[in-house]
Amino acid sequence: MNFLQIENLNLSIHGTPILKNVALSAAKGEIIGVIGESGSGKSMTAFSVMNLLPTGAEVSGKIILDGQDLLTKSEPEMCAIRGSDIGMIFQEPMTALNPVKTIGDQVAETVLIHGKTSRSKANEIARDTLNRVGLPAEQFPLTRYPHELSGGQRQRVVIAMAIALRPKLLIADEPTTALDVTTQAQILDLLKQLVAEDGMCLMLITHDLGVVAEVADHIVIMKDGEVVESGETHALFRNMQHPYTKALFEASSHVPDKGDERASKTPLLEVRNAIRDYITPRKSVFGKPQTFRAVNDVSFVLHDGENLGLVGESGCGKSTLTRAILGLEALQGGEIRIHDVPVEAGTHMPRDLRRKMQVVFQDPYGSFNPRHKVARLVAEPLHLLESEPKGAERRQAVEEALIEVGMQPADANKYIHEFSGGQRQRIAIARALIIKPNLIILDEAVSALDVSIRAQILDLLADLSSRLNLSYLFISHDLSVVRSVTDRVMVMKSGQIVEHGETEAVFTNPQHEYTKTLIAAAPSLQDALEKEYT
Amino acid sequence: MLRYSLKRLLSLGLSLLAASAVIFLAIEVVPGDPASYMLGINAQPDTVAALREELGLNVSAFERYITWVTGMLTGDFGVSYTYRTPVVDMIGDRIMISLPLAIYALTLSTLIAFPAGILAASKRGTATDVSIMGATQLGVAIPNFWFAMLLVVFFAINLRWFSAGGFPGWDKGFFVSMKALTLPAISLALPQASILARVMRSALIDTMNEDFIRTARAKGLTKRQAMWKHALRNAMIPVLTIIGLQFSFLMAGAIIIENVFFLPGLGRLVFQSISQRDLIVVESVVMLLVFAVVLVTFIVDIAYAAVDPRLRGRS
Repeated sequence: MNFLQIENLNLSIHGTPILKNVALSAAKGEIIGVIGESGSGKSMTAFSVMNLLPTGAEVSGKIILDGQDLLTKSEPEMCAIRGSDIGMIFQEPMTALNPVKTIGDQVAETVLIHGKTSRSKANEIARDTLNRVGLPAEQFPLTRYPHELSGGQRQRVVIAMAIALRPKLLIADEPTTALDVTTQAQILDLLKQLVAEDGMCLMLITHDLGVVAEVADHIVIMKDGEVVESGETHALFRNMQHPYTKALFEASSHVPDKGDERASKTPLLEVRNAIRDYITPRKSVFGKPQTFRAVNDVSFVLHDGENLGLVGESGCGKSTLTRAILGLEALQGGEIRIHDVPVEAGTHMPRDLRRKMQVVFQDPYGSFNPRHKVARLVAEPLHLLESEPKGAERRQAVEEALIEVGMQPADANKYIHEFSGGQRQRIAIARALIIKPNLIILDEAVSALDVSIRAQILDLLADLSSRLNLSYLFISHDLSVVRSVTDRVMVMKSGQIVEHGETEAVFTNPQHEYTKTLIAAAPSLQDALEKEYT
Repeated sequence: MLRYSLKRLLSLGLSLLAASAVIFLAIEVVPGDPASYMLGINAQPDTVAALREELGLNVSAFERYITWVTGMLTGDFGVSYTYRTPVVDMIGDRIMISLPLAIYALTLSTLIAFPAGILAASKRGTATDVSIMGATQLGVAIPNFWFAMLLVVFFAINLRWFSAGGFPGWDKGFFVSMKALTLPAISLALPQASILARVMRSALIDTMNEDFIRTARAKGLTKRQAMWKHALRNAMIPVLTIIGLQFSFLMAGAIIIENVFFLPGLGRLVFQSISQRDLIVVESVVMLLVFAVVLVTFIVDIAYAAVDPRLRGRS
């Protein structure tokens, strides 16, 4: 019998089957990676182990941890087990901590709630645990509040809460998905180190094959509530049996066919010495307002037919730059030109300038008005045309745009909630395409999508760009995606472009220290597997 | 925290100054000359002029504003045009009823709303929740003066536990006076408690769906512990906002209830003063109410910061 053994786990919520005969096992000191796309049931498997399921959940089967079947435990017994024998880490560190309690109280609570020690001893344990996760006392006293910490630091606090009582099993549900690549690498290192020190079992749930390939000993691949394949990490990748595993593997390292070299020498978008300052709250009532320079002296040119990438971690100024290019916010210095016409925010932007560029945002759920039908949503930019098409002509334009992105004309009559995330992103692209712009700004446009959907959208984008001679400004934190779709790439840090060049050249031979750090930190499936062969 | 409080205090002062100017200007443009109003339509022009002189109405508006503001700072609110008694005494008598009544009603409302809201939230979807929500729905819907009359019929006329109205005065003893304020306070508290309980419930339910509650549960807290230790304090922000608004309303908005129970409170004073063009009393009472509102807002702001460390700034 393994240390953690899940057998025949079935789960249904209000009668809808969620998990079907899930089985997995792991030994002490082992890292088991659970991989799957959204809706595959990987998080629900974790919540079944914790017995923290939503109301209406019915669960059957066996979850055996260290010889005890957790599914037979009562709620009070589970309360004693949670936090003590099993710790859990969540995806969203920004909201996983109580904003009104100090980090010390929150870590000490794990110890106190299990009634093991006095308050002072609990505080001592909290201090030691925070030290262990890399939050030393000098910078991070127990009296700090969560809002005073960055995302990565908060995730360390969550980890400290989970491991304070040295649990036998640690469950990490997408622990690094919301973090920047360099932070992700640090958190993964920390988890590996903690597993090695405490000899606990780590169940790492993720959608990122690169992450598991680097960290996990065993892998379980889930799809639609079932385990489709499992085994030792490198053996599994060397000898993939299930078609879904193969598809997932291909999709995660998918390189769309870019088509012929189309880049001309006509500058489409020129940014010269752009400066964007934000006014920060004044320190005192009559004090001078301070400024924060979010974009600092940025210059670049994007030619007709070219795909330019912009990479950087959160807070580097890439979204601010996007808003300035779109003419939504005014610059404090420098200028932005589209086909040699200056973009001026603040005043009314001319329609013929506005219709040369469109944007697709990250969140396929939040970027549509849920009360409008798709026809109205997609037709929205048409008012930028000199003569706005009406009636049948308008309908035809909408249908053509939908067909262009691989949707059906009949979809125009539906509401946005009837579509999946990938379909919504197609509709967002259709909305951008309908006025035939020259430039589409893709602001993290594929970041929220599952790998297989992401591969499809990337193919669609590549196809559209070669057929319609579109240019993309492709903004992303995901280096592998940027590498696969762009001709040139810029690396942004603290408001400045630190490196700029042909994409392949930058990735194979980075010059700037920051670029090197970024590339080294990005988990790569290929690299992880190659390491094993050599 | 100190810096935050000082900033709030400064904005309190500025709000009061702005409010005094607005009130003064608003009263200036109201038609009707107090002097001619007091003397009636048959008054001789020279009598009116003499009275205007006596009331200090002949100097420029700016001078009158300065006199009024500086007077208030030293506790001199002027003399009522109608009753020729110092305004400060008139207000003083009334506030000794309105303020205790507001505090009494708010205390009752909070004492009812907190347990009701917390109970409904923790038993969400059960019969308990449905009954509490049904009761609060009724509480919001019933006009409070009608409820007040029901109370009078039942407790004063049938059971004879309370008197039907009037106020004996604080010199007759604390408990006697509080007893006289009990029925009015209950009728004022009913709709307030209903609203507050609903806010408490929904704030608590929202907070219970937050990620950090799941984190707390993963640490081994029971649902109950997670609610008391983590959710309640986070749910207090919207509740405090409503309490602040309710107190301000109770100070001035009790006029109907004051009429039902024949209580000589601030609401009735304003009403009488307006109908008698006793503008100096109107000005002063409105200013006083603005002061109460601004002060309550200040206290609520401080309470926010006490509850939520994110508002304290880096200290």
